[in-house]
Amino acid sequence: MNTDTHAAGADDHHHGDSHAHGTFSTYMLGFVLSVVLTAIPFWLVMSGALPSKQITALVIMAFAVVQIVVHMIYFLHMNTTSENGWSMMALIFTIVMVVIALSGSLWVMSHLNSNMMPMHQMSGMK
Amino acid sequence: MSPDFLKLIFGRLGFESLPLHEPIVVGTFAVVALGGAALLGGLTYFRLWGYLWREWFTTVDHKRIGIMYMILGIVMLLRGFADALMMRGQQMLAFGGSEGYLNAHHYDQVFTAHGVIMIFFVAMPLVTGLMNYVVPLQIGARDVSFPFLNNFSFWMTVGGAVLVMASLFIGEFARTGWLAYPPLSNIGYSPDVGVDYYIWALQVAGVGTTLSGINLICTIVKLRCPGMTMMKMPVFTWTSLCTNVLIVASFPVLTVVLALLSLDRYVGTNFFTNDFGGSPMMYVNLIWIWGHPEVYILVLPAFGIFSEVTSTFSGKRLFGYTSMVYATVVITILSYLVWLHHFFTMGSGASVNSFFGITTMIISIPTGAKMFNWLFTMYRGRIRYELPMMWTIAFMLTFVIGGMTGVLLAVPPADFVLHNSLFLIAHFHNVIIGGVVFGAFAGITYWFPKAFGFKLDPFWGKLSFWFWVTGFYLAFMPLYVLGLMGVTRRLRVFDDPSLQIWFVIAAIGAFLVLLGIMCMLMQFAVSFLRREQLKDVTGDPWDARTLEWATSSPPPDYNFAFTPVVHDNDAWWDMKRRGYQRPLTGFRPIHMPSSTGTGIILAGLATAMGFGLIWYIWWLAAVSFIAMLVVGIGHTFNYHRDFDIPAEDVIRTEDARTKLLAGAK
Repeated sequence: MNTDTHAAGADDHHHGDSHAHGTFSTYMLGFVLSVVLTAIPFWLVMSGALPSKQITALVIMAFAVVQIVVHMIYFLHMNTTSENGWSMMALIFTIVMVVIALSGSLWVMSHLNSNMMPMHQMSGMK
Repeated sequence: MSPDFLKLIFGRLGFESLPLHEPIVVGTFAVVALGGAALLGGLTYFRLWGYLWREWFTTVDHKRIGIMYMILGIVMLLRGFADALMMRGQQMLAFGGSEGYLNAHHYDQVFTAHGVIMIFFVAMPLVTGLMNYVVPLQIGARDVSFPFLNNFSFWMTVGGAVLVMASLFIGEFARTGWLAYPPLSNIGYSPDVGVDYYIWALQVAGVGTTLSGINLICTIVKLRCPGMTMMKMPVFTWTSLCTNVLIVASFPVLTVVLALLSLDRYVGTNFFTNDFGGSPMMYVNLIWIWGHPEVYILVLPAFGIFSEVTSTFSGKRLFGYTSMVYATVVITILSYLVWLHHFFTMGSGASVNSFFGITTMIISIPTGAKMFNWLFTMYRGRIRYELPMMWTIAFMLTFVIGGMTGVLLAVPPADFVLHNSLFLIAHFHNVIIGGVVFGAFAGITYWFPKAFGFKLDPFWGKLSFWFWVTGFYLAFMPLYVLGLMGVTRRLRVFDDPSLQIWFVIAAIGAFLVLLGIMCMLMQFAVSFLRREQLKDVTGDPWDARTLEWATSSPPPDYNFAFTPVVHDNDAWWDMKRRGYQRPLTGFRPIHMPSSTGTGIILAGLATAMGFGLIWYIWWLAAVSFIAMLVVGIGHTFNYHRDFDIPAEDVIRTEDARTKLLAGAK
């Protein structure tokens, strides 16, 4: 697929001349960042450096989000202007959908959970 | 031979898997086998295999793929409707101690197959087929963005349909209802192949649907002709764009949910079990995150069709184009915020239920706005009651009823009474038949002359219309009544004899719909025989407004000899009004994609892999998977992907059209 921005030249299928493609150094930077962002969570789990599992899980999730951003910038070459802004719009739409699905599911499931908890656990609540 | 060896070769498959003890299935098999043999024999006798393979199966032309989608949808409609008739017959008879004629094992498969087939293999192919055919023409493009992918998507959809059909004769289909809720669908309660057929049919078809969604989004965003800004796109293209955005955003959720369910079933994970921290409710939650957008995926293109039809047959520009576009976009977003209304009764509590109840009611506002736009388009228009317009009027009347019962169901306390009752069944058939099916029929009758060069016969069409509409009301209005009386869905036998009369009326309605379907098939046959009288030489038989009517009927392979330039919303109407002259000279070679058999081969392998996984024939699954990789990678080395239609061929085609047009005057 032609990812460059000169949409006007529809017949133009030449690659390599466009600023939308990365250079060797940006690919390397993306790769190194990805490795680092993977290695740190791995180390956190293996060494148990953080006091509680919950904190570790949250930190890993934070690293995962950063990792997603790194991939989008360095490997998918996304920025605010690529594809006449369509990729930005698609990204915003995706984020809205993911936030709705995740937060909605968490909300729904936590309510289900508290309403359906077996009686002996219910007694301790409220 | 040792049993171990047989198991290695055939997995779970054996002679006892064939449903020989079910006389109804055996009879169906005999009929299908005879019909299939006659069809294959006929194709061989008339030496049509080469033609079909070269011109249809391997084609990457969006128009032919669109037509094949429509054929798939209509064929599967016959299967899905046969299931519906069987259910209506069973429920009509199973009173006063009678067990009816379907045993529970068979009946449960019938209602599951009916739902799955009607949504995934009837409504989806009809909608996708119309989008595939019409969208590139409406935006003045020569094909979709990824023509090979389009062919592959179609054959994946066929692969899913083949798996569902195979389940009728080899083994069994799921007995879980169309969404296969666990724990019932988990391995402990459904150890047979039924749910596996369900999973792999939907996974194979789902790949096709998702890819075709990506393809059409890309087409609409990138391939519009010069001058067609977003706010100059025809409304059908707009609704197609929103539908495909919904497909791309929601089908991955279905894929993941079914993948998790298969992990539960195949390797013993506990995502949706009752033990070990699993939660069946999570499945319900996730599958409706896909399931609710799905109904808007189906109905939005239908809204687009009605917009085109209303404006064409009222002879007026569509009222409130901008509000129509914004209503569509708002529905797209809101359709993601309502999924919980499918399980108000599961126990999320008042706060969650009220949020989702209110969002559900809000969605009726943009939908109502659309309804008023259509009414105002008709207001003081010169309305021609041709078939597409008749379907549109029937839609407007029917859909309003369905919409109102929908708002009623959106009230959580009311839903606690009506949940899982026949009221719900009546409601969603009311909106899906009244909206999607009538929309597809309006679209078929509207664009048929574009696709084949002759109109559909109005007599048989009107007959079919009246049978369908009256049949629909007779079949589903009694279900509203029964639902209010508390009859739940999916029941096989009844005790209360006073209910029987309503089921008899519903069965009569279903029979009328059967007549409607038969009249529709008759309409195709009669129209084909009378094609000379019904011929359209102008390419614009309805005096229509959008770009697809600017080219010939049927359009040439390249759609437009010169890419049109657009100055107005109703581009073709604007061109006609300004005295547009077709260019007669200066034709140049046209660059087009080549046909390829890779799509059908890959989809065939995917289907074989699905079959292997269903029956635990691991070697078949592994071999087909590896073969898929080999064929897929092999295809990347295929450098004969495109060719040029020589200028002489373009000149010949366009001259023929010039002669036709001159003869028409």
